[in-house]
Amino acid sequence: MSRYLAPAGLEEALVALAGGARPVAGGTDLVVGVRQGRFPIPDDLVAIHRLAGFRGIAEGADGGLVIGAGTSHAEIVAHPRVTRDWTGLADASAIVGSPATRATGTLGGNVANASPAADTVAPLLCADAVIVCRSTAGERRLPLDGFATAPRRTLLRPDELIVAVELPAPAPGSASCYVRLEHRRQMEIAIVGAGALLRLEGGRVTAARVAMTALAPTVRRVPEAERILLGSDGGAAAVTAAAEAVAAAATPIDDTRASAAYRRAMAAVVTRRAIGGALARARGETVTIPASDTLFGAA
Amino acid sequence: MRYETSFRLNGTPVSVSVEPSRTLLHVLREDLGMTGTKEGCTDSECGACMVLLDGEPLNACSYLAVQADGREVTTVEGLSAPDGSLSALQRAFLAHGGVQCGFCTPGMLISATALLARDPDPAEETVRAALSGNLCRCTGYQGIVQAVRSAAAEIREG
Ligand SMILES: Cc1cc2nc3c(=O)[nH]c(=O)nc-3n(C[C@H](O)[C@H](O)[C@H](O)COP(=O)(O)OP(=O)(O)OC[C@H]3O[C@@H](n4cnc5c(N)ncnc54)[C@H](O)[C@@H]3O)c2cc1C
Ligand code: FES
Ligand code: FES
Repeated sequence: MSRYLAPAGLEEALVALAGGARPVAGGTDLVVGVRQGRFPIPDDLVAIHRLAGFRGIAEGADGGLVIGAGTSHAEIVAHPRVTRDWTGLADASAIVGSPATRATGTLGGNVANASPAADTVAPLLCADAVIVCRSTAGERRLPLDGFATAPRRTLLRPDELIVAVELPAPAPGSASCYVRLEHRRQMEIAIVGAGALLRLEGGRVTAARVAMTALAPTVRRVPEAERILLGSDGGAAAVTAAAEAVAAAATPIDDTRASAAYRRAMAAVVTRRAIGGALARARGETVTIPASDTLFGAA
Repeated sequence: MRYETSFRLNGTPVSVSVEPSRTLLHVLREDLGMTGTKEGCTDSECGACMVLLDGEPLNACSYLAVQADGREVTTVEGLSAPDGSLSALQRAFLAHGGVQCGFCTPGMLISATALLARDPDPAEETVRAALSGNLCRCTGYQGIVQAVRSAAAEIREG
């Protein structure tokens, strides 16, 4: 016999969580997971789609962005600041599932679910995202880097809700890109994916972030690749070496989508395209969103 | 425990008492008799179950009915006029061979309706992307894409 609550106020939701309820936002992971038998339907559910202030994107005073955890992928892709300054995130949200998945699925759900193939996490890692968590005990702000600890495991406590994802202002001259390899363009999950953020100053790379998707138990940054790019001219040699570093750091699995060997082989290709897309954007060139479509078939 | 769930269904207020674990698809079909919306995969893959929730396409097979409380749900039954006359989109599906067995058609019409509300003149690629969550085993999609573009033109020209 399950219990259900759909409050408009955050406090009421947090009290329910403290009492053992499980949150549901769009339900695109939760309801599907229940039906596939991955876990039972939680006995006690608190729907968070009605929470005031939970949905929407606000500009921070410092030029950063605060994305409400209940914001849908469709709303993220439609936001002009996101498409201009956090282009890698737009690349990712634009390819989540189908139009229906993007209208219903939320950013908070994608992060909380902690799938090794979650598309928004690599670009959020590149953007130095901070996860804002709330419980009846108060607020915690956790860096996304390290937030996922294992497949479907995070640092979030059962009584905590992700309320927002904060993105600091992007540095001038920086740009980002997210690329995913898939069997078809839509309604897919990444075989492998890669996110990159590069800052170019006077022809030199002065900041670099590289993160890999579906290549490790969690989506994670690859510091080896970032070190190779940092201080380089962003030329072919550095980009290739960084992409090879991602392939070397990858610990992919065999599953129905692809073999581990194929994933490792494609890791370098996809990373090269993501870095190439970020560099092109940093130089002021246009790489249409989503980059996966644009760069498909690129060298 | 059951929860009283009230929403507007094709413009008419409805109220049903549902278990929180039940999906919107099952409540529409089994409790409200709205069988136009189909059940294909029950796994968010095929799009046969699509409805509009507050104007946006939704896989009703994977959405909890209780979460529809206070909202606006449109099913294929709500696309035609009250006197039963078909919408421009529905007529175009018939005219262009966008329907064969008809099982995917309600979902296709829902996705296409959402698209045309947003984009009155979609390019072919845009139509294909908008319908990417809807599978059809019969038509080969060409007639469906043509139908959507032709309906868009008819609506634009008034
Ligand atoms: C057909 C289909 C295609 C998909 N394609 C993709 C894809 O291409 N890429 C991709 O990355 N994902 C994909 N997904 C997965 C899913 O749609 C996304 O992860 C989505 O962002 C989840 O959001 P939600 O609001 O629906 O999450 P829910 O299902 O509501 O929740 C997911 C989990 O997170 C918890 N949770 C949700 N919100 C919060 C919060 N604010 N605080 C704390 N915990 C929370 C829930 O308790 C649950 O455990 C797909 C899913 C489907 C059904
Ligand atoms: S029945 Fe819902 S997507 Fe197939
Ligand atoms: S007409 Fe038969 S599935 Fe599309």
